Amino acid sequence: MADWVVQAKDLVKTYKMGEIEVQALRGVSFNIKRGEVVSIMGPSGSGKSTMMNTLGCLDRPTSGEYILDGESVAEMNDDQLASVRNRKIGFVFQSFNLLSRLTAVGNVELPLRYAGISEGRRAKAQSALEAVGLKERMLHRPYELSGGQQQRVAIARSLVNDPAIIMADEPTGNLDSKVGKEIMSLLLNLNKERGTTLIIVTHDPNIAEQTQRVIRLRDGELDPEYDENGKKIK
Amino acid sequence: MTFAQALLEALESLNGNKMRSGLTVLGIVIGVAAVIAMLAVGNGAQASITGSISSIGTNLLFVFRGSPEGQGGPGGSGRSGNNIKPLTLSDANAIADPFAAPSVEKVAATLESNALLTFAGENTTASISGVSPEYFEVRNIQLAEGEFINAEHLLGRMSVVVLGPEAAITLFGHADGVVGETIRIEGQPFRVIGVLVARGGGAFGSEDNSSYIPFTTAQSRLIRRGARDQVDVIYVQAISAEAVPQAQEEISNIIRQRHRTPVGLDDFTVFTQADFLSIFESITGVLTIFLGGIAGISLLVGGIGIMNIMLVSVTERTREIGLRKALGARKKDILLQFLTESSLLSLLGGIIGIMFGWLIAYIVGQVAIASGTNFVPIVGSDAIILSTSFSAIIGLFFGIYPASRAANLEPVEALRYE
Ligand SMILES: Nc1ncnc2c1ncn2[C@@H]1O[C@H](COP(=O)(O)OP(=O)(O)OP(=O)(O)O)[C@@H](O)[C@H]1O
Ligand SMILES: [Mg+2]
Repeated sequence: MADWVVQAKDLVKTYKMGEIEVQALRGVSFNIKRGEVVSIMGPSGSGKSTMMNTLGCLDRPTSGEYILDGESVAEMNDDQLASVRNRKIGFVFQSFNLLSRLTAVGNVELPLRYAGISEGRRAKAQSALEAVGLKERMLHRPYELSGGQQQRVAIARSLVNDPAIIMADEPTGNLDSKVGKEIMSLLLNLNKERGTTLIIVTHDPNIAEQTQRVIRLRDGELDPEYDENGKKIK
Repeated sequence: MTFAQALLEALESLNGNKMRSGLTVLGIVIGVAAVIAMLAVGNGAQASITGSISSIGTNLLFVFRGSPEGQGGPGGSGRSGNNIKPLTLSDANAIADPFAAPSVEKVAATLESNALLTFAGENTTASISGVSPEYFEVRNIQLAEGEFINAEHLLGRMSVVVLGPEAAITLFGHADGVVGETIRIEGQPFRVIGVLVARGGGAFGSEDNSSYIPFTTAQSRLIRRGARDQVDVIYVQAISAEAVPQAQEEISNIIRQRHRTPVGLDDFTVFTQADFLSIFESITGVLTIFLGGIAGISLLVGGIGIMNIMLVSVTERTREIGLRKALGARKKDILLQFLTESSLLSLLGGIIGIMFGWLIAYIVGQVAIASGTNFVPIVGSDAIILSTSFSAIIGLFFGIYPASRAANLEPVEALRYE
């Protein structure tokens, strides 16, 4: 039996907007191995972000089963989900989402705070920043950093809790291509060195190419024109 | 997250928006300061009235004509209005009997009225009392110069007067060196034999304008009453503070017997200083509650200000809340974060408000001293505890709604918020 870190079965997500129901996911099933690097692609509105939020335990699926690192998530309450997010998942957002009041190291410390870790917190945050090559910028605030540097801080924050998965929703969307490449190679490097599973949502075929597998979505379902490795079925 | 961390973060966040935090705090400062100052003024008024009631004499009782419920004084109409007997000198003498009333030390019966005083073209209407020598002891009255009315004056129905300081100043322009002068009261000549020490305003208004003549003189020439030997008020001094209730009982029994009134239908009233105190205390108590209530409303308004600002802050920081939740913040972490901020605002406002209110009370006191009023505002620990806990409760109460709104945000929605 393979070592699955994500087991998703028949995931359905329905948004109710008054009378109208929008089916963002219509029964999606797939598994992801530990240490795998997977990208999620698909046209706009196909449900990529919805999928990401569900996998990231930010939202519960309307129906379906989701087992994350051995824990069944679909039935958990809000606080249990918060704890799972804190322990098992690191997020990297398109718009960085750093708190401007805090320094770089302060931002990286946040997940540790919510984990209730106080001893060695600063040191852990520092070594995470070191891992993304920002040791010298530790005490800078986000507005004193370039976009690429800010995203590096965000990556440091995502890995500081040693999560099972790092999830990145268009992590290079707000960066130019050169910096985007650097961020991608940083993420891939982390995967290589630490074995952290990577799930990357992207529009960019070049980025998808660097991942081991592509999950293609179309209208809330797995795209039937591609096989499970993302290869086009001729 | 520990509480210390929450506190630190709240401080950082409030510090990040100094202007807004300052204005919010100001609302609470004004509220708390108003409560402190108003309660201080109320308490001060109470203390000064209590003090002046104590200064009118020690262990004092007052006997008036008429029942307390019936309002049966002269010209009054009450339940027992038809057969109200006047108080007389013999009533006073009976009370003074040490065997019938062992708790009574001294008795002074008086006739009291207003009269026109004139001297060399100056005139004033002042209160005039016909009194016996005991009166000055019972009422604890001090001479500035001259002498009191004595037994000789009383026997001889002499035309002598002891002037209150205010009356003396009105007539002579000064209160000293007037002994020996002759003034006219209702046109009749009286020789000034003494002037009293100024006491300032008291519970019954200022008594500094009151002047005193021998009881017998008043009875025969100035203050005529319907019945023979009638008196207006009998002042009684009890042998000790503890004996006051006992004295009240003895006096009541004696007059009841003499007036042949059934129990419960008294045609007289015996008041003690304590009765006066409790009346004035209840009046100033209402005043204090009223003032404090008005000030409390401004504290409430300050609390609504906190709620307003916290709601704005929650809306502004929706993305931040979403992010924190994504990073593992639980509901109670977010709740704690925002409650700490609102409590900190109100606590800060409370502390500054206490100092500010203290300052206001002090200034009011200085103004009162400057204008010669015997009145010192009192900042009690009760007022401090009250306003601090009230403002803390307000911070919590008005913080709970915004905080729970923040805590219940859906992480996905919050992260998408622009
Ligand atoms: N909160 C919501 N309420 C209602 N409908 C929603 C909500 N979130 C997403 N949807 C709908 O679900 C569908 C999938 O949206 P999603 O954001 O997952 O698309 P996406 O693949 O991430 O698109 P993009 O590439 O533009 O980011 C869309 O039709 C969208 O309108
Ligand atoms: Mg999207």
